[in-house]
Amino acid sequence: MRVSESTSKRKQPAKAGEGALKARVCESNKAPGSAVLHRPVYYALTFVYSEDERLKQIISNYLKPYFPRMGVGFIIKFIGTIMDLCIPYILAYIIDSVIPTREKKLVLIWGALMLVCSFLALSGNVIANRMASKVASDATEVIRHDLFSKTMYLSNAQTDSFTKPSLISRMTSDTYNMHQALGRIQRLGVRAPILLIGGICVTFTLDPVMACVLLATLPVLGFITVYVSRRSIPMYGGLQEANDRFVRMVREDIAGIRVIKALSKTDYETEKFRAINKEVVERERKNGMVMAIINPSMNILLNLGLVGVILVGAYRVNSGLSEVGKILAFTTYFTIILNAMMSISKMFTVLSKAIASGNRIWQVLACGDDMQVLETVYGEKEEVVQGTVEAKSSEATQGNRSVPEIEFKHVTFSYLKKGEANIRNLSFRIQKGETLGIIGEIGSGKSTIVNLMMRMYDVDEGQIQIAGRDVRSYQPEDLKKKFGVVFQNDTIFEDTIAGNVTLGREMDEKQIQEALLYARAREFVEGKADKEAEALNIKGANLSGGQKQRVLIARALAAKPEILILDDSSSALDYRTDAELRRGIKEHFTDTTLVIVAQRVSSIRNADHILVLEDGVPIGYGKHEELLKDCEVYAEIAKSQMGEGHETESGAEAGQSAEAESGAEAGQSADIRTGAEAGRRPNAESGAETGQSTDAGQNADTEKEVPTR
Amino acid sequence: MKREENTGNAAPRRYSKGTILRLGKYMLHYKWLLLLAMICTLGSNLFSLIGPKLTGLSIGAIESGKGAVDFGRVFYYAAWMAGFYVISAAMSYGLQVLMLTISRKVVYRMRQDVFEKLMTLPVGYFDVHQTGDIISRISYDIDTVNASLSNDLVQLLTTVITVVGALTMMITISPKLVLVFAFTVPLSVFLTKNITGKTRPLFRQRSARLGEMNGFVEEMITGQKTLKAYGREEYTQQRFNGKNKAAVDAYYRAEYYGSIVGPCVNFINNLSLSLISVFGALLYLAGSMSIGDISSFVLYSRKFSGPINEAANIFSELQSALAAAERVFRLIDEEPEPADRADAEELSEVEGDVQLQHVRFGYVPGKTIIHDLSFRAKPGRLIAIVGPTGAGKTTLINLLMRFYDPESGKILVDGKAADSFTRKSLRQAYAMVLQDTWLFYGSIYENLAYGKEGASREDVEAAAKAAHIHSFIKRLPEGYDTILTDEGTNISKGQKQLLTIARAMLLDAKMLILDEATSNVDTRTERHIQKAMLKLMEGKTCFVIAHRLSTIENADLILVVNDGEVVEQGTHRELMERGGVYRKLYNAQWE
Repeated sequence: MRVSESTSKRKQPAKAGEGALKARVCESNKAPGSAVLHRPVYYALTFVYSEDERLKQIISNYLKPYFPRMGVGFIIKFIGTIMDLCIPYILAYIIDSVIPTREKKLVLIWGALMLVCSFLALSGNVIANRMASKVASDATEVIRHDLFSKTMYLSNAQTDSFTKPSLISRMTSDTYNMHQALGRIQRLGVRAPILLIGGICVTFTLDPVMACVLLATLPVLGFITVYVSRRSIPMYGGLQEANDRFVRMVREDIAGIRVIKALSKTDYETEKFRAINKEVVERERKNGMVMAIINPSMNILLNLGLVGVILVGAYRVNSGLSEVGKILAFTTYFTIILNAMMSISKMFTVLSKAIASGNRIWQVLACGDDMQVLETVYGEKEEVVQGTVEAKSSEATQGNRSVPEIEFKHVTFSYLKKGEANIRNLSFRIQKGETLGIIGEIGSGKSTIVNLMMRMYDVDEGQIQIAGRDVRSYQPEDLKKKFGVVFQNDTIFEDTIAGNVTLGREMDEKQIQEALLYARAREFVEGKADKEAEALNIKGANLSGGQKQRVLIARALAAKPEILILDDSSSALDYRTDAELRRGIKEHFTDTTLVIVAQRVSSIRNADHILVLEDGVPIGYGKHEELLKDCEVYAEIAKSQMGEGHETESGAEAGQSAEAESGAEAGQSADIRTGAEAGRRPNAESGAETGQSTDAGQNADTEKEVPTR
Repeated sequence: MKREENTGNAAPRRYSKGTILRLGKYMLHYKWLLLLAMICTLGSNLFSLIGPKLTGLSIGAIESGKGAVDFGRVFYYAAWMAGFYVISAAMSYGLQVLMLTISRKVVYRMRQDVFEKLMTLPVGYFDVHQTGDIISRISYDIDTVNASLSNDLVQLLTTVITVVGALTMMITISPKLVLVFAFTVPLSVFLTKNITGKTRPLFRQRSARLGEMNGFVEEMITGQKTLKAYGREEYTQQRFNGKNKAAVDAYYRAEYYGSIVGPCVNFINNLSLSLISVFGALLYLAGSMSIGDISSFVLYSRKFSGPINEAANIFSELQSALAAAERVFRLIDEEPEPADRADAEELSEVEGDVQLQHVRFGYVPGKTIIHDLSFRAKPGRLIAIVGPTGAGKTTLINLLMRFYDPESGKILVDGKAADSFTRKSLRQAYAMVLQDTWLFYGSIYENLAYGKEGASREDVEAAAKAAHIHSFIKRLPEGYDTILTDEGTNISKGQKQLLTIARAMLLDAKMLILDEATSNVDTRTERHIQKAMLKLMEGKTCFVIAHRLSTIENADLILVVNDGEVVEQGTHRELMERGGVYRKLYNAQWE
C-alpha cells in the first residue's frame, strides 16, 4: 500500500531523470529545522565515523519518513527493555525488604509481578522487533527501488566507470547488507544502549557508590571497542580484496585449464595459488586476532568491576549504608550490562559493514545526470549558427525528405577522454529511407557510431542530428522511440519469444507475427512447442546463434522504427537468410532508414552510402563501386573476402584452386549479375546477394556455440 | 549469503563417518595445538564457573549486615575471584588465538589440496562441472567448515562444560531449587523447536526470493544498454518492483518469526529468575538457603540457560559444516589424470612426426565419437581438419595433447607411442591457439610471456608486432603494462585472439595446433597477420581446424572428418576433383 504510494509519488519526476532523489536532497538541505531535529540520531549512528557525509545522506533521504514509526517502535522497545531491567530490581527488593517481613504471601505477590514484567518484556520486544523489521523492509524496498531506477537511467559512460559487476553487487549484496543492518541497528541499537544506560541508572538508584565502581570500567571498555573496530575495518577491507583476488584466480584457472596444461604451467599456477591462499588465510587470522580481543577483555573488566563492587559493598553494608540484596542485584545487572556491551560491539561490526555498503549505494544514487536535454540547441538561432539554414527552409516546402535523417557534423569522441580519440572528425549525412553501411577493422569505431547516434554517449566535439535536431535536444524516450536496434552481442532475456520481441512495449499479436516474419524468425518459432510463447533461457541459451539474432532483429523491427540499426547482427545468419532479411526490410520498411554495421562486404554492398573506418577516421565514403576504385582498404577487404587473399599471400596454388570462385570474384566488378552466379544458386533472387566466401564460414561459426559433444 | 542459504537448508542428513574422520585427520595434523586448545577451553570455563560460587561466598560473608561483615573472608574470596577471572579471560583469549591458528592452517591445507587436485584433474572435468560450483567449494564451503571448526567446536565444548558445571554447582547449592529448571528447560526446548520449525521454510523462501531478485537484477543490468535503447527503463522498473516487493516481504516474514527467538530466550531467563527468586525466598524463609546461596544460584542459572538455547543452533551449523566438508572431499576424491607411465621419458629433440593408427575414442563409454581414425602428419606439414560441427575436430586435439587417451589404437609421436612420454614434455612440444581465448588478470606483457618464462620485452614486442597487435597495445594508456581485467571494456574478442596468437608465437614448439585461431578476427586483420601466421607455422607440424575453407586450401593434407571417421583425405585439388564430401562442403560456402 505504501509502496504504490511511494512509486506513484516518484513516477513523475523520475521521468525527467532522478528528480525525486534530488528533490529530497534539496528538501533536506533547505529544512534546517528538521535537520536539527534528527541530528542526535545521526550523531548516534556516526559518532565514530563522523567524517562520513554519505551515510548522512542515506539517513536523511531514506530513513526520515520512518522516524515516526521508528519512534513508536523505540517507545515500545523502551518499555519492554525497562521491564527487563525491573526484574533484578524486584529480586533485590524481595531479598532486602520482603523477606525480612517473613510474609510468604508478599513474596508470591512480588514473584507474580516479576512474571508480569517478564511477559511485558516479551511482548514489548516482540512487537518492537517486528516493527523494526517492517521499517527495515520498507526502507530497503525504497532504497532498492531508487537504486535500481538510478542504475537503469545511468548513462553508458557512467555504467562503464562503475562497471556492471560492481553495479550488480551494489544492487544485490550492498542493499542486502543495508537491510540487515537497518533491522539489527533498530533492534540492538535501541535495546543495547537502554540496557546499558538503564542498567547503570538502576544501579545508581540501588547504590550510587557501588555504581561508580562499575561505571569506572566503562570508559576502558568503550576505548577497547572503538580501538578494535577502528583497526578491524580497514583490515576487513583488505581481506575482502584479497578474497576477491583469490576467487578470481580460481575462476580464471578453471577457464584456462587447457592452456595451463598445454603450456605445462600447473606447478607455476599452484605456487601462485599458494601465495594468494597464504595471504587470505593470514589476513583472516590477523583480523580474527584483533576481533578476539573484545570478548575476553570485556569479561575481565566487568568481572573485576564486580569484585570491586563486592569489596566496596562490604564496607557499605558494614557501615549500614547498603544492603546485601543490592549487591546481589548488582551481580545480575552486571550480566545485563556485559551483554549490552557485547551487543554494542557486535553492532559496530554490522554498522561498519553497513557504512561501507551505504557509501557504495550512495555513490550511485548521487550520480548526476551527465546527459541533460539541451533546450537551446534546437531553437532557430542555434540552427542558423550550425549552418543548416537551407535544410530548415526547404523543410517547409519539400517536407521532411530533404532534411537529412541522420547527420554527423565533425564528430569527435573518446571513451576514456584520454589517449587517442575513438572517432575523429566524422561527418556524413543520410536521407530518410536510405541505407548506410559501415565497415572497418576491429576497434575502428563502427559500434561507437551507433552508440553516438542513439546518444548512449555524448560527443566530445561536433554535433549529431537526427531528423534535423541535435540528439541532445530530444527527450531521451522520444529519441529512443525512433530507433530499432540490434547491438553486437545483444541481450536475450529470460522471457518468452514474444516477450523478447515486445520487451513490454504495447503490441498486438499481428505486430509480433509480422516482426517475426520479416526477421525470418517465423519458421523456427513455428517449430517450437509453444510457438512464440516458448520460454527462452537466460541469454537465450536454448537458441542457436542464428535464431538469437533473428529474435533480436524481430525486436528491432516490431515497432516499425524510423531508423533501424543492425550492428554486426547478421554474422550468425547464413548468406541466404541474410539476403532475404535485407530484401524484406527494403520492401516492407520503405521509409525506414537503415544503418548496417558489418564485417561482410556482401551485407552492405548495396547500401546507398558505405562508410569505411580505420582507427576512428573515415577513410572512404561512397557506393560500393566507387569505393572499389577509390578506397584501397575497402578494395582490400572486398578482395580478401572473396577467398583469394590467402593464396596470394602464400603464393601457392593461387588462382587455380579458386576456379570455383570465379563467380564471386566477378561480383567485385560493377557488373554483378553474372550467369555463373545464378547458375550455382538455382534460387538466386537477385544480384544483390552476390556470393561471399566467408558466409558459410560465418554461418558455421554460429554452430560452434552448440557444445561439440 | 551463500552460507546462510546453506544453514537455512540444513535439513537433518546422515553423514558418513568418513567425512568426520577425514575432517578429524586435517585437525590432527595440529594435535598438540588442539590439545592446548582443549586445556584452555576446560580451564577458562571451569575458572569462570567458580566465579559465582566465590561471589556467593563473599556475599555470604557480608550477609550478616551492619557492623558484622567479615572483611577477612570478603577479601580472601574477592582475591580468588579476581585471580580466577583474569586467568579465565587470558585462557579464553589464548583459546581463540589457538583456534584461529588451527582453523586457518586447516583451511590453508584444504584449499591447497583442492587447488592441487584441480590442477591434476582431466580437462573434461571442467567441461561438465560449473565453475561457480567449484568456486563455491573452494571458498564458501571451506569457509563454512572453518567457521564451524573455529567456533562451533569450542562452543559445543563450552556448552557441555558450562551446563554440566553449572548444574552440578546448582545441585550442590540447592537440589530443590534446581527443580525450577524441570519446568523452564523443556519449555525453552519446546519454544525453540517450534520457532525454528516455523522459520526454517521461511528463511529458505527468503533466500529463494532474494536469489530471484538478484538474478533479475543481474540480467537487467547486463542488458541495460538494450533496455535503454528501447526506452524500457520504466517497464523494467515495474517488473523489478514486483521482485523487490517479494524479496522484501519474504525477508520480513522470516524476520517476523525469527525475531521472536531473542525475546523468547530472554523471557525464559526472566521466568527462571522470577521462579528462583520466589522459591529461593521461600526456601530462605524455611531456613534451608542463605542469601549468598541465592546469589550464586541466580548467577549459575544465567550461565545455565544461555548455552542450552545455543545448542540447537550449533548442531544445525555443525550439520551444514559437515555437508560442506563432504562437498569438498568429494572434489578432492575425483579421479585425477592417470599418472604417466613408470617408464615414461621426456620428449626432447622433437621432429614433429605424428601418426594416428586406428584410434577409437568416446568421452562417455558407449558413446564413441571417433570410431577409427588413422593418418600421418610428417614433420613440417600442414594438416587441415575440416568437417561439420560435432564431427570430432576438437576431440582430435584433446587426443593429440593427451587431455584424453584413446580407448584403442595408437598415437605415435616421432615413431614412439605418445604415452611413452611424460605428459608435460609432450604438451610442451605443442603450441596452441584456441578459439576460446584465455587471458588472465595481469599485464599484457605477463600474458604474452606466459608460455615462455623469462621472455624479454623485445621478444614480446616482436611477437606482438607479428600478430598485428603491437600498435593497439601501444595506444593503450599503460602500453604493455596495461592490466587485463574481466571487464576489459577496451579490448575486443578479436584483439584477445590476436594476443593469444602473439603468445603462441613466443613458444618454440615443434608442433602447432590452430583451432579456429582467427575466428574472431575480421577478414582484413586476418589478412594482415597471415604472413605472421605463416611464419609461425614455418617448420612446424601444424594441425589447423578452420571453418573458412579458403584458409586451408594450401594444406599438405586435408582430413575431412565426419561422424568420427576420416571420410576423405588428400590435398585440396585432389579432393575437389574427387567430387565428394569436401567438394560439397567447399561449394556450400558460396551459397
